[in-house]
Amino acid sequence: MWLVKIYVTLKKGLLDAQGKATQNALESLGFKEVEEVRMGKYINIEMKGQNQQMVIQRVEEMGKKLLANPVIEDFNYEVEVLK
Amino acid sequence: MKFGVIQFPGSTCDYDCFYALNDVLQVGVEFIWHKQTNLEGYDGIILPGGFTYGDYLRVGAIARFSPVMSAVIDYASAGGLVLGICNGFQILTEAGLLPGALMRNNSLHFICRYSYLKVENNQTPYTVSCKAGQVLKIPIAHGDGNYYIDNYDLSELTKNNQIVLRYCEKNGEITSEANPNGAVYNIAAICNKEGNVLGMMPHPERCVEDCLGSSDGKYIFNSILNFIKKSKVKL
Repeated sequence: MWLVKIYVTLKKGLLDAQGKATQNALESLGFKEVEEVRMGKYINIEMKGQNQQMVIQRVEEMGKKLLANPVIEDFNYEVEVLK
Repeated sequence: MKFGVIQFPGSTCDYDCFYALNDVLQVGVEFIWHKQTNLEGYDGIILPGGFTYGDYLRVGAIARFSPVMSAVIDYASAGGLVLGICNGFQILTEAGLLPGALMRNNSLHFICRYSYLKVENNQTPYTVSCKAGQVLKIPIAHGDGNYYIDNYDLSELTKNNQIVLRYCEKNGEITSEANPNGAVYNIAAICNKEGNVLGMMPHPERCVEDCLGSSDGKYIFNSILNFIKKSKVKL
């Protein structure tokens, strides 16, 4: 079994309204050192797969077909062996 | 004449669309359950507003894979009229029938109020009964109506006259103050290149009687009816 940690984030340059609001809240709490906050989604998938290469291929397909919208989002992931 | 209103799990404006067509405009209309895969015999298909699948993952992202959507894509490719309102618009972009995407409103607020819209293109099946530059008063009700498209595709939209409605002031002036959600170029409605598929964030079905504060939604529905009548005469 494999553990895939997927991060879907708004593309750089697009206004991240949630990130901006959170940043403002942090600043008002006194965390003045915060320069930028970007929000996104974290998706945890446990899946079967013969080897890492095949897992990556399937995860890429999932990203393109459903998990991210390439018009506005970036899709990144890490694959680990699930013990 | 017969229209079909698709009901997805989580559609909420399906009955309003049905009411506008059946009771006010007095044309035939049926509900289509999202598992149906045959759209023969309809003069137009409406994807109503709502919160399909609870807006999980992204707005419209899961409804886009409902069984009926392959039929909608075939119907649209064959030139059939497909109107997506609000969540319906979001589903159409997710399905690739319309370009761009709808993001969270830049204010993060869910906005429910009347908006003024300038008719940028009155040559589409959805706007033929409007005057060029006419200002319509139609309500919006959405949390994710911030239309995004990159600069290259925006110039394509402009070149092909695919921008149909833009948020404006009461007098028709396009200003950033009139933009409720941060949409690129104040875009409220676009169509595909061929003009038979339209997506709009405002809700024409919510303003078809004067007692509702405006009956300008009728301009959209009457345009569709007039367009269909004319094309039937041609046949």
